[in-house]
Amino acid sequence: MTTDSALSAKAASARPRGKRSALASAGLHGTLAVAAVIAVFPVLWILLTSLKPAKHAISTDFVKEPTLDNYRYLVESTSFLTWFGNSVLVAGITTVLGVFIAATTGYAVSRFKFPGMKPLMWTLLITQMFPMAILIVPLYNLMGDLGLLNQPLGLVITYLTIAVPFCAWMMKGFFDTIPVEIDESGRVDGLNPFGTFWRLILPLAKPGLAVTGFYAFITAWGEVAYASAFMVGDEHLTLAGGLQTFVTQYTSNWGAMSAASILIAIPAAFFFLFAQRHLVAGMTAGATKG
Amino acid sequence: MAAHTSQSVAKAADGETGPDAGSAVRGRSRRTDGNAGAKAGGKSGGSNRPGLKRALATHWYAWAMITPVVLVLGVIIGWPLVRGVYLSLTDATERNVGRTIGVNHIEATYQFIGLDNYAEVLADPVFLQRLVWTVTWTVACVSVTFALGLGLATLLNREFKGRAAYRMALILPWAVPGFVSVFAWRFLFNRDNGILNKILEGGGISAVPWLDDPTWAKIAVIAVNVWLGVPFMMVALLGGMQSIPGELYEAAEMDGASPWQRFRHITLPGLRTVSMTVILLSTIWTFNMFPVIFLLTRGGPGDSTEILVTQAFREAFVTSPRDFAVSATWGVLILLLLTMFALVYRRSLRKQGEVW
Repeated sequence: MTTDSALSAKAASARPRGKRSALASAGLHGTLAVAAVIAVFPVLWILLTSLKPAKHAISTDFVKEPTLDNYRYLVESTSFLTWFGNSVLVAGITTVLGVFIAATTGYAVSRFKFPGMKPLMWTLLITQMFPMAILIVPLYNLMGDLGLLNQPLGLVITYLTIAVPFCAWMMKGFFDTIPVEIDESGRVDGLNPFGTFWRLILPLAKPGLAVTGFYAFITAWGEVAYASAFMVGDEHLTLAGGLQTFVTQYTSNWGAMSAASILIAIPAAFFFLFAQRHLVAGMTAGATKG
Repeated sequence: MAAHTSQSVAKAADGETGPDAGSAVRGRSRRTDGNAGAKAGGKSGGSNRPGLKRALATHWYAWAMITPVVLVLGVIIGWPLVRGVYLSLTDATERNVGRTIGVNHIEATYQFIGLDNYAEVLADPVFLQRLVWTVTWTVACVSVTFALGLGLATLLNREFKGRAAYRMALILPWAVPGFVSVFAWRFLFNRDNGILNKILEGGGISAVPWLDDPTWAKIAVIAVNVWLGVPFMMVALLGGMQSIPGELYEAAEMDGASPWQRFRHITLPGLRTVSMTVILLSTIWTFNMFPVIFLLTRGGPGDSTEILVTQAFREAFVTSPRDFAVSATWGVLILLLLTMFALVYRRSLRKQGEVW
């Protein structure tokens, strides 16, 4: 009997990975299900709230008399579309400029060893841990002097301080995954490094560019501190600032707020889920090899 | 991918390079990397430029490529940084900085006052209070996030039905813009109408003043930050786990290692590099996590959840008159603290590296 149970215990531990007892399986699914509910519930709840008429906004019913009134109100009676446009503009330009400026640096750092590379890598790393607290006042004064407060351009320039080091860092990670042999073949065929970069590597790095750009976009899309400090007045606000006014100005208009949250989150979440697999690879690869 | 590559190589070769251009460029573009250089040299039949000149030429390319970023770093990060440090040594406030009102330009009248701001901030018990809470907040958030991320990654690192669906669901918090999630949580935490309290009431438990009581507010902000941070941690660690060779586990199973032993002696060491990176990143992010605190509690109730970064923001943009100098002082102190942390962290890693 004892040998029997010892044997079965051994068999259990020697079970190929991926096969488990019913109990372990229940535990696995149970834990993951609870975690998934916790992860999804807040977002789901906001979605449901956004579909409820105002009088039910704070009820615990899942969905009662679903309606799109909140969305209609948002579009017709608030500056939501203006904020949305501002955010698209600011985040879009930041992304394009950030990726454009950073791509060559990512390539140089990935492929060449040159004097100044170490300090540059360190600067890129360190600027990522800069608290905005130290840059925000000088940038605020600088934008004030240049007349760029309350201007999308001012916010774009500010966001480049976040986007550029980050994009360069991630682009390095992506270029590292492209075999050096491709560069070499390019050189053999007579391309100079710019040519190699432009004609061979950049086309191959398109997925990387997309992911980096997308991440720069959602970083700018979700930025709060600079947006709160630099943009004043309804028509200049970006979404981060605009959403705040719902809670203060419209006396906790939860229905409209949830609808706004959903409209802000859906496009970002959609692209994010598409890009995330490459995202972590890019981030941690850059960090561990740096 | 391979087909694509060879195509574009061929196109590039056909397009524009005669033999002359080829050899000229080849000479200049040699990588400093010995291996690659040797390969290219072998193929081209070897061109013998002096090493120094070749090195200089190579660096010229690299330097040209990094110029845009260096300019950006210098102009919009370097200059403000220097100016921020300078501001922290002055008595600049909203009232005495130069500004333009309409067509009138008012000259700046603030003065250099040395380290007075630092003395003032450091002598104020508020600093220590904020520091203790910021450190508590960071340690709590990072350790809980890491533990949960590791646990979930371990569970997901197996083959089973529905894995992709679970993974998708668990990543969702990361996909939602941070400030939207924080608003969502504010809604859930609402004292009278929030769903959390309604659920508790349903279970016969009296309502919890989530955001109105200092202790509960601290728990609430940590919970939200953990909720936001777990997906990144989980995905990064999962990636790390999947890069550990399966043979290691097979060998360990042959030797009769228990699942726990396998986890302890294969998974954890295998995850070391990734763990170190994500812990460093998430420590820095959490230390500077502005939106969660600012949007969830505004530092309140009172000032109980104010961290260093929100305090710096408050000095410059919330209190009146806006105190730019003191805000910059807080900023410099935060930067010093983080730099110290990064250096200590690096050193301790090195030491560990020698031991291992």
